Amino acid sequence: MSPREILALRDYLSPELKGRTISDARHVVSLTDILQQTCLIDRSRELSGRSVLLAVSDQLLSGLAMTEIDGVARRMLLCPPDLNSDHVQALIDDAGIDAIVTDQPPRWADVGVYLVVAARPPVLASAKPKTERATEWLMLTSGTSGVPKIVSHTLEGLCGAIVADGPARGAAPVWATFYDIRRYGGLQIFLRAVIGGGSMVLSEPGEALADHVARLHARGVTHISGTPSHWRKLLMSGSAAGFAPRYVRLSGEIADQAVLDGLTKAFPQASIGHAYASTEAGVGFAVNDGLEGFPAEMIGSNRDGVEMKIEDGSLRIRSKRAAHAYVGRNASALADKDGFVDTGDIVELRGDRYHFVGRRGGIINIGGLKVHPEEIEAVINRHGQVRMSRARSRRSPITGSIVVADVVLADGCDTSRSDDIRNEIVADCRALLASHKVPAVIRFVEALDVTPAGKLARSDA
Amino acid sequence: MKQIAKEQQVRLPPLDDDLSLHETGFDSLAFAILVARLEDDLGIDPFTISEDAAFPLTVGDFVRAYENVPA
Repeated sequence: MSPREILALRDYLSPELKGRTISDARHVVSLTDILQQTCLIDRSRELSGRSVLLAVSDQLLSGLAMTEIDGVARRMLLCPPDLNSDHVQALIDDAGIDAIVTDQPPRWADVGVYLVVAARPPVLASAKPKTERATEWLMLTSGTSGVPKIVSHTLEGLCGAIVADGPARGAAPVWATFYDIRRYGGLQIFLRAVIGGGSMVLSEPGEALADHVARLHARGVTHISGTPSHWRKLLMSGSAAGFAPRYVRLSGEIADQAVLDGLTKAFPQASIGHAYASTEAGVGFAVNDGLEGFPAEMIGSNRDGVEMKIEDGSLRIRSKRAAHAYVGRNASALADKDGFVDTGDIVELRGDRYHFVGRRGGIINIGGLKVHPEEIEAVINRHGQVRMSRARSRRSPITGSIVVADVVLADGCDTSRSDDIRNEIVADCRALLASHKVPAVIRFVEALDVTPAGKLARSDA
Repeated sequence: MKQIAKEQQVRLPPLDDDLSLHETGFDSLAFAILVARLEDDLGIDPFTISEDAAFPLTVGDFVRAYENVPA
């Protein structure tokens, strides 16, 4: 036994707290009863000390399996639903996987892992699993190409921001997220619900947005998170009417002033916060003053164990909430020699706030000049008729490349005004951006693609 | 060209076939914009299609580059 008490996820599910649930569109499960139940048919003991791949199709069963496996297995690798099957073998090798928990055992029969445990809807357990160790939580980065990197966390690190924030005020929160809980942003919300004594309403793949919002409303969701792209889609859909959460959280992409203002208008009673987090660096901070960017005084100080600095233009974070390492044979170092993680997010000081301008890897090259597409989008999104935009480069026989922008107009916008709107957007861009950043062509489109991780799809980034 | 000139805040002289492109006041970015928008409207970009397309010197050359693209 370690000198310090190890808390696993199950240890936060107190039998005294009644009425807590986790639900998706089809099932509601009691978070109180789950302590007496098993979804691994009492086989969790076989997973003791093992390196487990958690490959379960639906989020609800995944969440229940996580509570059963945490504190038992040596490590647990969470597979997001869109995991490319071509990458599975490399991940199994790199993480030293020797057990698989899945709702589809036949699919995993031939990957060379002999212990395959079936995950099934919960039934009464004959024995309660005991917390034996601090299980390593392995998560995958959401990069666009190649095998994702495996990032190693502990439950204690994952919960750092949740513990620092303290319990939600007022009645027990009902959390929801547009994210999948097997990704960092979604897992944070699942953990907030479990650790903070609340309930959780999960997203359902393929569900129409209006149905999803109706379900959030019906289940009394009070706290909800998503990426700015998720929120823009919701604002555009007109489905938000009648839904009145107490807390609205944005993370995963740059929260520009337009989306913050849009949410303030749509949810006047809610507190709106944007959080900075990454799978590698963990939760950095949350900003709750309704303004884009973050106060400059946050740099250089140590706040709840998170230190931040700017080097070569990008935000660096040293934190107890950060991942410990990349896992695998050719894993690179996650942090520099001083323990800072380079987030790759480029910031710029304007007055007394830092603003996020884009990703280091997302720069587009326009006639030899570097441009962050996000910086252009933030200006376009200021226009009152614009809901969402994407800037990208397009090849040009004259200058090598030019900036073009795809723009989604707000719901119900008069399309006969599109020439005026185009001119107004160009005028805004000319006023606020260097001339090579002004879009040469603006296209109005019906919708823009969003990745499974909830981020605007960028083909050239 | 007039629309782009307005956006780019270029004072455009009267256009005729013999006007050299240099004298239009358009810089390379303005031409890049013009070529991209014409490609969107007409579906062709004569400067990319043909590897040996001579870069036009006058407004007339520029217009002919579009007229000479096989349909």
